[in-house]
Amino acid sequence: MPKGIVVVDKERCKGCGLCIEACPFGVLGFSSEYNSSGYRVVYMEHPDKCTGCAICANVCPDVALEVYRQEPTKEAA
Amino acid sequence: MSVEAAIPEGYVKVFSKPKALSDAKYTYCPGCHHGIITRLVAEAIDELGILERTVGISPVGCAVFLDRFFNCDFVQAAHGRACAVATGIKRARPDLVVFTYQGDGDLAAIGAAETVHAANRGENITVIFVNNGVYGMTGGEMAPTTLPGQRTTTTPLGREPRLHGYPLKISEMLAQLEGPAYITRQAVFDYRHIVRAKQAILKAFRNQLEGKGFSLVEILSTCPTNWRMTPVEAGRWVAEHVVKVYPLGDLKDVG
Repeated sequence: MPKGIVVVDKERCKGCGLCIEACPFGVLGFSSEYNSSGYRVVYMEHPDKCTGCAICANVCPDVALEVYRQEPTKEAA
Repeated sequence: MSVEAAIPEGYVKVFSKPKALSDAKYTYCPGCHHGIITRLVAEAIDELGILERTVGISPVGCAVFLDRFFNCDFVQAAHGRACAVATGIKRARPDLVVFTYQGDGDLAAIGAAETVHAANRGENITVIFVNNGVYGMTGGEMAPTTLPGQRTTTTPLGREPRLHGYPLKISEMLAQLEGPAYITRQAVFDYRHIVRAKQAILKAFRNQLEGKGFSLVEILSTCPTNWRMTPVEAGRWVAEHVVKVYPLGDLKDVG
C-alpha cells in the first residue's frame, strides 16, 4: 500500500507538467489519455513511490490534484 | 464524487481545492503561475475565515474573469483603476475586506498613478500584484516591467533600455513612500517560494484586518505562452534571470 494517493481531476488538468518536475520521487508522468480540451493529462506512473507530501498539488496552477495520505497506524505511533 | 469512492480506507485528505474557489475552470494558459497565485489568495481567505465579507477587484488582463473563479463578491474595475475602486469600497464599508488582484500591465502601466496615490494615502486595502514582464492577454507586448534584452512582440530584438526605458520597479518605488504598511516581493517558481508567498499574502490580509494600512504583495510570475517557453523552462527563467532584476524579500514592513 502506497503512503499517498494523488487524484487527478482530468478535466481541470492542462498537462503543463509542473507537477511532474516538482515531485521529489518521480511519481507522476504524462498518460496517453487526452481530456475534452485536448490536453494530455498526468497520472501516477509509479504510485508505490508516493509519500503524500502534496508538493505536486501545491505547484499545480490549475488546482487539478487532490492528495490523500495514509493515516499512521497505532503500532507505528 | 465517484473519485472519492475509489480511495481506500485509512487515507486522509491532505490537499484539496480551497472553499473560496468555485468549480469553474481557470481561463489561464497551461502552466501559468497566475493559477498558483489565485489559489494562494483563496487559501488565505479560507484560513482567515473572511469569505462572507471579502470583496475582490479584478483587473483588465489575464485575471479579468476572477469573479468566476472565486466564491466571494467581485467588482471588475476599468483598466488600471482597481486601487481607486478598492479605495471607494473600503471607505464606504470599512467592515469589508477589500483586495485587488492586478497584473503588471494594469497596475504598473495604465494604473501606475492610481496605485501610487492609493499607497501614498495608506488606504487600508490589500493589493496582489502579479508581475510577469509582458502584456499577457493582448499578445505579449512589452510592459514597463519587461527585462532589458527580453524579446516581446513589440521589441523583437530585445528591450533596449536607452530606447524603451528601464524595468519599472514598482515595489521599490512604493517602499519609499510613508503611506504603505507592507511592501514585499515574492515568487512561486518552486514549493519553498510558494510557501513564503502564501505567508506574505496572509500577512497582507491580516494587516488590513488589523487596520495597519496599504499592503502590496508583488509576485513574480511566468508567461510561458508569450515568453515562448515550456512552463518548466519559464519557471527556471524566473529563478535564474528575473530575480536578479527584481530581488525577492520584504521592502517595507512597519510591523
